Amino acid sequence: MAGLAATPCVFSQVTLDQSRRTSHAGAVTPFAPVVPGYTMRFPHDEGSHPEFRLEWWYVTGWLAGAGGAAIGFQITFFRARPARRTANPSTFAPHHMLIAHAAIADPARGRLQRDQRAARAAFELAGAAQGRTEVWIDDWSFRQQGERYVATVAARSFRLDLVLTSTQPPMLQGAAGLSRKGPRPESASYYYSIPHLDASGTLTRNGSTETVGGVAWLDHEWSSSYMDERAVGWDWIGINLDDGGALMAFRMRDPTGRSFWAGGAYRSAAGSVQVFAPDAVRFTPLRHWRSSRTGANYPVSWRVSAGGREIDIEPLFDDQENDTRATTGAVYWEGAVRALRAGASVGRGYLELTGYWRRLQL
Amino acid sequence: MASARLAPHASALTASGTRFLPFRALVSGPLREHPGHALLALAAIALGVALGVAVHLINSSALNEFNLAAHHLAGEADLVVRGPRAGFDETLYPRIARLPQVEAANPAVELEVPILGKEGTLRIIGFDPLRTAQVQPSLLPERTAEVAELFAADSILLSPSAARWLGLDMGAALRMMVGTGVVEVKVVGMLPEGGYRQRVGVMDIATAQWRLGRLGKLSRIDLRLKPGVVVTAFQRELQNELPPGVYVATPETDAERGASLSRAYRLNLDMLALIALFTGAFLVFSSQMLALMRRRAQFALLRALGVTRRSLANWLLAEAAVVGAIGAILGLALGYAVARFAIANFGTDLGAGYFRGIVPGIHVDPVALIAYFALGVLFAVLGAAAPALEAARRAPAKALHAGDEEEGLRGVRTTWPGIASCAIGALLAFAPAVDGLPVAAYCAIALILSGVILLLPQFVSGVLKRVSAPRSVPAALALAQLQATPRQIAVSAAAIVASFSLMVAMLIMVHSFRSSLETWLEHMLPADLYLRALRGGETGFLTPEEQNRLQSTPGVERIEFLRSQNLLLASDRPPVVLLAGPADSAAMLLAIGPTVIPRAGEPPAVWVSEVAADLYGWRTGQRVQLPIGASSREYTVAGIWRDYVRQSGAIAIDRQLYVNLTGDALANDAAIWIAPGAALPDVERALRERLGNAQGIEIASTREVRANSLALFDRTFAVTYALEIAAVLIGLFGISVSFGAQALARRREFGMLRHIGMSRRGIGAMLGWEGAIVSIFGAAVGLALGWITGLILIHVVNRQSFHWSMDLHVPWLPLAALAAVLAAASIVTAVWSGRAAMSDDVIRAVREDW
Repeated sequence: MAGLAATPCVFSQVTLDQSRRTSHAGAVTPFAPVVPGYTMRFPHDEGSHPEFRLEWWYVTGWLAGAGGAAIGFQITFFRARPARRTANPSTFAPHHMLIAHAAIADPARGRLQRDQRAARAAFELAGAAQGRTEVWIDDWSFRQQGERYVATVAARSFRLDLVLTSTQPPMLQGAAGLSRKGPRPESASYYYSIPHLDASGTLTRNGSTETVGGVAWLDHEWSSSYMDERAVGWDWIGINLDDGGALMAFRMRDPTGRSFWAGGAYRSAAGSVQVFAPDAVRFTPLRHWRSSRTGANYPVSWRVSAGGREIDIEPLFDDQENDTRATTGAVYWEGAVRALRAGASVGRGYLELTGYWRRLQL
Repeated sequence: MASARLAPHASALTASGTRFLPFRALVSGPLREHPGHALLALAAIALGVALGVAVHLINSSALNEFNLAAHHLAGEADLVVRGPRAGFDETLYPRIARLPQVEAANPAVELEVPILGKEGTLRIIGFDPLRTAQVQPSLLPERTAEVAELFAADSILLSPSAARWLGLDMGAALRMMVGTGVVEVKVVGMLPEGGYRQRVGVMDIATAQWRLGRLGKLSRIDLRLKPGVVVTAFQRELQNELPPGVYVATPETDAERGASLSRAYRLNLDMLALIALFTGAFLVFSSQMLALMRRRAQFALLRALGVTRRSLANWLLAEAAVVGAIGAILGLALGYAVARFAIANFGTDLGAGYFRGIVPGIHVDPVALIAYFALGVLFAVLGAAAPALEAARRAPAKALHAGDEEEGLRGVRTTWPGIASCAIGALLAFAPAVDGLPVAAYCAIALILSGVILLLPQFVSGVLKRVSAPRSVPAALALAQLQATPRQIAVSAAAIVASFSLMVAMLIMVHSFRSSLETWLEHMLPADLYLRALRGGETGFLTPEEQNRLQSTPGVERIEFLRSQNLLLASDRPPVVLLAGPADSAAMLLAIGPTVIPRAGEPPAVWVSEVAADLYGWRTGQRVQLPIGASSREYTVAGIWRDYVRQSGAIAIDRQLYVNLTGDALANDAAIWIAPGAALPDVERALRERLGNAQGIEIASTREVRANSLALFDRTFAVTYALEIAAVLIGLFGISVSFGAQALARRREFGMLRHIGMSRRGIGAMLGWEGAIVSIFGAAVGLALGWITGLILIHVVNRQSFHWSMDLHVPWLPLAALAAVLAAASIVTAVWSGRAAMSDDVIRAVREDW
């Protein structure tokens, strides 16, 4: 789920605007629908699905260096396609757009170090391959090599080189990978996660490089019609539980701030999966933090109950607001969190809060 | 009279000491007595300064806008890779973008595009907004939504000045002319007001490539380098990797390349203005000389009353400085007003077409204004220096004597400096250009002008000595007067010589240029009709299919197509125009010098324009390397031809060869010979119909093309005409000032003549004769000097500035008329100033001579 937050508004705006417009040439792109009965194949489905409008690969996780202090990281690649097909034969024609976000959450700094990239898929300078995970913008890339993924991000304020090794099979979300996002059946995505990725690599900041290692979570999701028209934003968690289990939960919010849809799944270390019905997931905010930069008021601490389990979510630190207005026009909160049960840490993961700054425009 | 006037001053001497006296005597007194005289000196300086300031302001405003625009478009880029108008292959972009030293690369298509129903073109830049954000974020609108709009097909963002020029608002359709037709795009937003001062439209690169017919091509790539990369080293490295005809330069060099085209033009305007100021200085000199001469009795008395030599000289110089300062301030104001008016009404290039698409705002550089102010004061002081020093040096007893004026001037030794000045000037006229500018030639003109003026007294006395006395009494008296005072005559004539010679030189130059242009046009336009796909801009073309249709139009006997592109031959020079025309194009070009036809096996022929030959040092028969098409290869320079249009040079090549080399079968123009018996209007109509009456097609008869070209020429030289009028005005000022001053100085003489029975009429006739003789001297010397200056302008200044040659054509009739007007004006002013002097009481006038 993670990642929708930053769905490229670059394209969504064009789409919205063009739907009003008839003067411009170009037929409507026949986007592939998300329909039941699709069987995910690996590694094929780890690659790009260009017939769908939106797609993302989203890696979040916890890292620690030699000093042992924990930091969070986020690396995201989006692929988006305009709603109108263009007949333009130019190599530069924007058939697909790639956007990447990266952030380091270091409590010692108290706020995110972040960077972003955007480019059209042209001349192989940016692109998303089919059949395997390979997505890149210039020298930022996320590539599959067998059971491993290699992520490279050369941000302005840091450089992150990670090798992510699978320790568990993909976790298909929703009904065999079809994840509903609202009451209408077409509001859905294909969605799988790979929890408990073993992460190791190097982090370079201020000219010094340190070896880091930790645990990460990969989300890969693609869709052509995502948000229900009532949706203002959503809250999402993806937690690697210390016992080897994995928990994903989300809820969609309407303009009054209430949930109108929810979902999620729990997979035990042994591999048994419990998928949550919409009414089995409840998000209760415990504490808010207000951003002095944007004025957005984020519920950064939660009690989440899902399928009878109840955990508390506490952020690594409060200010993990991510401003991506330059590439997507969105401001959201994406941060490293601890999962607690009765005050004791039971897992680590990421929390995503969207639509608190402004309604998320897709 | 002098004693009567000095009486109050003498009492002032006792009252407040010597410091107050000179002020009253030297400044306020004469000013009150002859405000007109001071006003004229003031006006001369003001006019000179105003002219200089106006030209400078117009030039610097244009350049400033041009630089701002170029600088803004280059933005924060470290390097700019640029190709010719046809562009370069877009695959260069990913190759450069992947270089490890490159942080980000922003590819762009950049074209001047004609707009339907508009005179002039709109510069359209098609870039990748996402790359622009990395390399030059300031080029983007602040709102992300507007950037996003660009990705929609057929969208354009306009700069505020472009929107105003086009009268378009958000949501409106912009009709661009491409090929021979119209391409419509939608205005989806505005660019930031602050950044884009020039008229520009921004599109997504994909839209621009497609809609402007530039698929697969790029015009430029702006680069931002990784921190720590040495720009100059990487630039050299990258240049070696680039295809022929593509160059990498820093944004500064890139901007200079554009500005260099107008550099010579700007310098020449500045020089003309300075010459006007220089002429103004001569005027100050002659008027001060005569004015101080007239007051020498006063000075002598002051000296006798104890004012020291030094303080007298200081006071006189201070007086000149005050006049200069007031004149300069008036000049600054006037110049500013003129510049504002000119920029608002004619644009910063005054119609010369150098700064198209630039929206002018006046740019005031305080340092330059101070410099012009200082120049005005300096010229006023210099003009007064020699007479003031002489007046102070003169022994009081002698100076108090009547008729001492000529004695005073005798001290000024001018023969040898004059000869030296002329000789050095003559040598400098043969010196080469300095950094592409005719600096030496201008020095030569200034030195020869000064030299001739210094030699004037010798010349005047030499000639007058040989003239025998005429029968008529006034004429004989006039001649005697002039024979006795050759130096004073020389001073009067100096202003005439300076301004008249400038006028003559300009007339000869412009006339020669225009006549040469007419001959050239005759030669370059052999056909009956000329058809063009779009006037101006870079997006017009005729497709091969359209060419075939035109070819088979009834009434067309012969048709030749021309393709116009350009080539970059150096990173710091503007592109050279490449003209691909008929195989026998040599016959249509106005060749100068020998031609060679390459034999079989030798590199193919190109004909280079005079400008290109000068700029790149090419000679007939030489083999040159040119990047035409995908690769660079050798060509033989078959001949050099005269070209007055393409200022950065042109190369003509056989179109068939060009098509083979480049695969570009499009054409821009067609020259059409109509069949015998066919009527021009019918053929024209038939041609239009053949192209489906496309809106971008322009057809003109040879006569119209010629008339338009000459009209454009005249518009370009409008400034020159304005400067000429200024020169005439300064010259006439000079005449009236010197005659006025002289007449006043000679009141005693007039009184004496009346005393011995000469009538007022007789004196008037005498003054008329004097005026006639002086102005004939001035005109004759001015004519000769102007002819020499004209030769320097034609053969040195023009050749070095613009690299085009022209044949000398002297407009005898206009020159004779001008000389006659000058003589008439001199006579009238002489008589008129004499009348003023004669109105005084005869007795009083005589008594003045104690």
